[in-house]
Amino acid sequence: MSQDVESKVKAIIVDKLGVDESEVVAEANFTNDLGADSLDTVELIMEFEKEFDLSIPDEDAENIATVGDAVTYLTGKLS
Amino acid sequence: MSTRRVVVTGIGAFTPIGKSAPDFWNGLVSGKNGVRNVEHFDTSNFATKFAAQIEDYEPTDYFDRKEARRLDKVAQYALIASEEAIKDSKLDLEKINKDEVAVLVGTGIGGMETFYEQSVSFHEHGPRGVSPFFIPMLIPDIVSGQISIRYGFRGPNFCAVSACATGSHNIGLAYDSIRYGQSDYALAGGTEAPVTRIGISGFNSMKAMSTRNDSPETASRPFDKDRDGFVLGEGAGIFMLESLDSALERGARIYGEIKGYGFSADAYHITAPDPDGNGVTLAMSRAMESAGIKPEDVDHINMHGTSTPLGDVAETNTIKKVFGDHAKNINLNSTKSMHGHTLGAAGAIESIATLLAIYHGTVPPTINIENQDPECDLNYTANESVVRDVKYALNNAFGFGGHNSTLVFKKYQD
Repeated sequence: MSQDVESKVKAIIVDKLGVDESEVVAEANFTNDLGADSLDTVELIMEFEKEFDLSIPDEDAENIATVGDAVTYLTGKLS
Repeated sequence: MSTRRVVVTGIGAFTPIGKSAPDFWNGLVSGKNGVRNVEHFDTSNFATKFAAQIEDYEPTDYFDRKEARRLDKVAQYALIASEEAIKDSKLDLEKINKDEVAVLVGTGIGGMETFYEQSVSFHEHGPRGVSPFFIPMLIPDIVSGQISIRYGFRGPNFCAVSACATGSHNIGLAYDSIRYGQSDYALAGGTEAPVTRIGISGFNSMKAMSTRNDSPETASRPFDKDRDGFVLGEGAGIFMLESLDSALERGARIYGEIKGYGFSADAYHITAPDPDGNGVTLAMSRAMESAGIKPEDVDHINMHGTSTPLGDVAETNTIKKVFGDHAKNINLNSTKSMHGHTLGAAGAIESIATLLAIYHGTVPPTINIENQDPECDLNYTANESVVRDVKYALNNAFGFGGHNSTLVFKKYQD
């Protein structure tokens, strides 16, 4: 399951941020490492919601700063 | 108040008949046709299945993947044409004061495909389905904003929006910005990307567009008696403007001079032209008055000439009224016959055609005139370009809402 979540999350990040897949590692920070601005991060959260058919409250979204954060959070919500 | 002479020193054109200004010019004088079937979506239920389109356009040929996704085509076209205009002007961006560069590049509609896609996403996913980039990709002023961000230009930055007169109005305002010394340089023009599902549907519902699906390449036929509406087009046209003194000091190539403009309203109907042409009469008269010229001085007019049954007759009659006997001596044309009606870009793309006609001493043709309408009885430079020394030329642009703009261009002489 988590493998599946991880590959889907990475695919979304590669598509939306236009970065190379090799850069999308667990510790990569959306803003500092992957060049996302405030609108990009909002879009990423919305894409995760669409992809996994769930809703991510703003207070949770504030704590999702890295690729690993996203995978851990989504895996938890889906289990 | 003393004013400065304003010249054009850079041109960028991204059009259905040429993806650079030199290619556009070659297309114009050779009567190139930019109209073909729309293939990027299914047109089987559409009344019109064709448009004048930029050939083989691939956003990632010009932008990285992320940029391409964050820019509606309306901004992409303008950025491509701006880059060309800046390079063509040979301005050294490292040496100039970028705080003094104005950008006035408009669109009549804005990010039309973005609006469509996000509306669909709203219907599928609700409010949370609408992208945070929806608004900044949609708004018409984002085009000037994106250009300023890319180059660091911090001068006056906005756009006039007047449907199909947009490009023309923005050039007029930029001319003032240079003329009155508010800016050292100005990028000015228009852009549009309306070849979309809702774009074609909307114009079809108005019965404004040609439905000549059996022969798209002959559909844009201004002044021909069998014309049945305009042909939608897309693209961008950009001028780099500066004062004559600035251009001479840095040894810039001068394409020609802008001498004035006339703005007016029809105050008649939201889409139909005033058959008496009162608003257009005012626009052309004010333009000539501001340039300090008489009707007899005008050699060439690039007309609005959209290939609609009403519009071409009304504009012809107005030219006869304003220019009297001299009207028959003018080489008129409508280059929309080749590149279609590019809406908010039209006034800019066609101003480029007008200025290059002066620069090269050749008036491009109106193509597809097979049987000239007896009610359109002037010289429209039918089907073949004409070599002619052009000293003064006008460009007409009229927009839904009844907005009229006429610009005056002059051959550069000391």
